[in-house]
Amino acid sequence: MNLILISLITLGVTGLLAAVILFLVARKFKVEEDPRIDVVTEALPGANCGGCGFAGCRALAEACVKADSLDGLFCPVGGQETMKKVGDILGLTPAQSDPMVAVVRCNGTCEARPRTSQYDGSRSCKIMHSLYVGESACPFGCLGCGDCVAACQFGAITMNPETGLPEVDEERCTSCGACVKACPRNIIELRKKGPKSRRMVVMCVNKDKGAVARKACLNTCIGCGKCQKECPFDAITVENNLAYIDFNKCRLCRKCEAVCPTGAIHAINFPPRKQEEPKKEAAEPTEGQNNK
Amino acid sequence: MKTFRLGGIHPHDNKQYAAHRPITEVPLPQKAIIPLVQHIGAPAKPIVNKGDKVKVGQVLAEAGGFVSAPVHSPFSGTITKIDSTVDAWGMRMPAIFMDVEGDEWLETIDTTPTINPVCKLDSKEIIQKVTEAGIVGLGGACFPTHVKLMPPPGKKAEVLIVNGVECEPYLTCDHQLMLEHGEEIIIGIQILMKALNINKAIIGIEKNKPDAIEHMQELASRCLGISVQPLKLKYPQGGEKQLIDACIKRQVPSGALPIEVGAVVDNVATIYAVYEAVQKNKPLISRVMTVTGKEVKNPGNYKVRFGTPLADVLALAGGIPETTGKIIGGGPMMGRAMNNVDMPANKRISGLLLLPDSESHRKEAANCIRCAKCVQACPMGLEPYLLAKLAGLQRWDDMEQHYIMDCIECGCCMFTCPSNRPLLDYVRMGKATVGGIICARNAK
Repeated sequence: MNLILISLITLGVTGLLAAVILFLVARKFKVEEDPRIDVVTEALPGANCGGCGFAGCRALAEACVKADSLDGLFCPVGGQETMKKVGDILGLTPAQSDPMVAVVRCNGTCEARPRTSQYDGSRSCKIMHSLYVGESACPFGCLGCGDCVAACQFGAITMNPETGLPEVDEERCTSCGACVKACPRNIIELRKKGPKSRRMVVMCVNKDKGAVARKACLNTCIGCGKCQKECPFDAITVENNLAYIDFNKCRLCRKCEAVCPTGAIHAINFPPRKQEEPKKEAAEPTEGQNNK
Repeated sequence: MKTFRLGGIHPHDNKQYAAHRPITEVPLPQKAIIPLVQHIGAPAKPIVNKGDKVKVGQVLAEAGGFVSAPVHSPFSGTITKIDSTVDAWGMRMPAIFMDVEGDEWLETIDTTPTINPVCKLDSKEIIQKVTEAGIVGLGGACFPTHVKLMPPPGKKAEVLIVNGVECEPYLTCDHQLMLEHGEEIIIGIQILMKALNINKAIIGIEKNKPDAIEHMQELASRCLGISVQPLKLKYPQGGEKQLIDACIKRQVPSGALPIEVGAVVDNVATIYAVYEAVQKNKPLISRVMTVTGKEVKNPGNYKVRFGTPLADVLALAGGIPETTGKIIGGGPMMGRAMNNVDMPANKRISGLLLLPDSESHRKEAANCIRCAKCVQACPMGLEPYLLAKLAGLQRWDDMEQHYIMDCIECGCCMFTCPSNRPLLDYVRMGKATVGGIICARNAK
């Protein structure tokens, strides 16, 4: 009985002493932290994907709390809605930002881009890119090993075995940009999602001269400049034998798609054209991504 | 007999196919494409225009910087265009296109076969000639030779190490060059010793070339300061740092150049080019390359002018056998599989190896079993299994701390791995990325 009592008292006193020391130390070394950081962190999606440019959600929250305005601070995963919540907490107005989506700018499908060699090395685009041109003759096109698929934390990219190209699931894509960084050939670009997810894209990044590029792939942009002449809004620039559509200027008139001789320009998510316009190029635009 | 301390492997040398085949000249092609990037460093800048008539040995493009080399015309003919061409790996590179019309040499070049042993030039003039001749290391790295001959201030060269090792399996071009042009090589060594102002040179030759050792020993015995060092058989003995270790027992520190331990290393083919440049005024326009393989009809050593399509060289060697699965530019260890044989010959490619299909596929990779064979085999004392893992995880900082930049990409780790893991693929990718990061940091 005595033994139990002594143990209880000793342990109790030690516990109390430790509690007092911990209390004093905690007060002495207390780090003042803005309580709003926690609140903002709560409001963020918690994906910790790094798409905002910060190390994680908490780092973005800290930056938001410190900042005087929310310009340049944007959570691509949560989008406008989340930033509005953050703005409400901090009493700031969030910067207007259009929803973006990752676009794979290569349409060199297996049929369009004949394979000229067989790759036997490690299945990594980065390694393949450092070794040689890839299994086709196009030195700019998709290598098809799926580095972007591995990089996507949201399961938004899958490889289509028929085309050999990655496909982006627009519902799942949060435009965090991980795939953009993972692609050694800079094929993937974040583009404005556009009204009703409709957008025009040049699905090619080949900068070779037309004849050379065409030899490697039938669906390549040959830099002919027809789209540039056709565009009523000056949205298209042709540089280094490659057309590029500025998504801020593009008004989705689809004239460029109709004149493109190789079908490199794709209209994505548009309804099928009406019958009275008998233009071949725009025959099946809804399936346009892979079907040219 | 000496060798280097750390690591190394013993692949079958397979030199029987092309060894002792006399050096054969490849006939001139109809049309030639002369690449402007045939060396490490800045691309050469073209100084000729479309339609110009050029003679053999005329400068087509001048050096694009200190670490760069000029390119000379290997043929006489007309320039048709200056454009880009596809290299052996499918990537584009700038090149000069030419219609070959004959073999008319510049008057200043001595084309007689007589050997000229007396060099009256002083050190500066020799280096000048080497620079102008566009000589680069013909062992494979293609580092401009004149840079090696000008040690940075405060550093002094003590010994010239001549690389006659040819540790790469299958290749025999250096071996044959030593047998056929030993005298010129000895004169070349004397010229370089004069240029570096040193009185000691060691020729390192592996013992699988006994005739070359004997021949060079006999020639070297007539000259003061030159000795032949027979070496045990071990890959990668031809690596600069391994050869220095094997010959003079000095270790080049991490990140440093051989000059740090007072050594300058040059390949025998480079030295032959130096001889021709200094004594004959002949720029570097051709090299000896080995075409070999189990099923090649006429394997051998071919002297080819730069710009000749590799397909011509292959045709001379009896064409591509039907069973070929892979054509490798260089040797089987350091070389890379090519996907385009229309590529012109250049300073870089020391051989063509045609592997039959049965030998050209990788085995399936299994898990790492932590046997540390790769660590034992690494001649640089690195941990390849760890580096490969870090590269896969993209931990570039950690890779740098584990001395990734010391890797010589010899492939010993992958050769020795019992699980057939693609270690070198990842290590090489990591090295390139870390190199880029270091460059960007230094530029800041």
